[in-house]
Amino acid sequence: MEVPILKQGRFLIATIQAALSDADLLQLRRALIDKVIHFRSHGVIVDVTALDVMDSFATRTLRDITNVIRLRGADTVIVGIQPEVAFAMVQLGLTMEGVATALDLEEGLAHLQQRAARKT
Amino acid sequence: MSSSKRSANHMERTVSQSTELLQELVSHLRQNRTQLREEWANRITEAQLLTAMTKEEIFTEATSVYDNYVETLATGTFEALQSYSRNLSERIIPRGVETHEVVGIVLLLRDVLARSLFAKYQGDFTMLNRILDAYEPAANRIANTVAVGFVQERERVIRQQQEAIRELSTPVLQVRERLLILPIIGVIDPHRARQLTEQLLRGIRTNRAKVVVIDITGVAAMDATVANHLVQTVEASRLLGATVIVTGLSPEIAQTIVTIGVDLGKMNTVGDLQGGIEQAERLLGYKVVLVADTVQS
Repeated sequence: MEVPILKQGRFLIATIQAALSDADLLQLRRALIDKVIHFRSHGVIVDVTALDVMDSFATRTLRDITNVIRLRGADTVIVGIQPEVAFAMVQLGLTMEGVATALDLEEGLAHLQQRAARKT
Repeated sequence: MSSSKRSANHMERTVSQSTELLQELVSHLRQNRTQLREEWANRITEAQLLTAMTKEEIFTEATSVYDNYVETLATGTFEALQSYSRNLSERIIPRGVETHEVVGIVLLLRDVLARSLFAKYQGDFTMLNRILDAYEPAANRIANTVAVGFVQERERVIRQQQEAIRELSTPVLQVRERLLILPIIGVIDPHRARQLTEQLLRGIRTNRAKVVVIDITGVAAMDATVANHLVQTVEASRLLGATVIVTGLSPEIAQTIVTIGVDLGKMNTVGDLQGGIEQAERLLGYKVVLVADTVQS
């Protein structure tokens, strides 16, 4: 299932709407990077509110996305991790170090705007 | 007559004999109720048991225990006694009556009654023996029932209190918009640690918190499991987009944590709760200013 990527000003918003297969995740990664380059975006928000499971592959892919996008000079925020998911991830040792997280879409946008303001 | 039949017959006879004896015993106890009861109450006061109760209360309680005791001997069923002892425990536990006191008074009653039996049958040793054979097992079982009832009631009270403490002791409080504090007091066991984490994560969600101050001033000791759990809580909170500041680590806990080798690099620690809240306010962009200063400037 393809993840829709919306452009909102200088930012891109990808909202994951259902559990993704590994292939879907890789597809998301490629699509996001392409769009960041195409739109010259300053930041990306990945909304995972709908996910009730986050395995090691999903975590690693999200971290990869963050790192690749950082190389393009843009920031990534993961938003909407559920409390239960967060605790399960930590217990499995999937702490997503170096990846910015925020409570929800609003918070994520605020975070990106702050970062952008600091850069200029 | 075969031997088994004879022994069965013999048993029947003993059983009926022992019930007969018990009935005789019961009528003896009923006849001498006033005197025996009084003696028992006096013995209780002498032994300084039930000091939490007044003399009148002891006497009233003693009367009903006595009647229940005799009733149990008469009927041979323990249900009534069980519910009575549970009821009694419920009433006297809040007044600070100890287990040894309850066991003590029941044993005293047993002794008083046994003495009265000695006095009555002192001329007839065989009869005394038979009466005691019937009396002792029943009396011991009564003492047992009352003691067990009391201990069970106590355990029930303790369990109830533990649950109450557990529920009360983990509040997640909002002190400013988007700033939560979580004061932890008492001993943290793995079960409680889990509950704390769940409550905190839920609190972060519902209050849309950005900063959380966990204050562990009231925690006396911490072991490796709990310290690791604390680190996990901090990381899970970060995944929800909240920063955690831990305050009030006592020197002992700080030392333990370093000795255990828990990685506290990811943890943001500040000396005390005040410092923690101040730093949280800085993170959130608050600035607390004295009214007097603003007037001057």
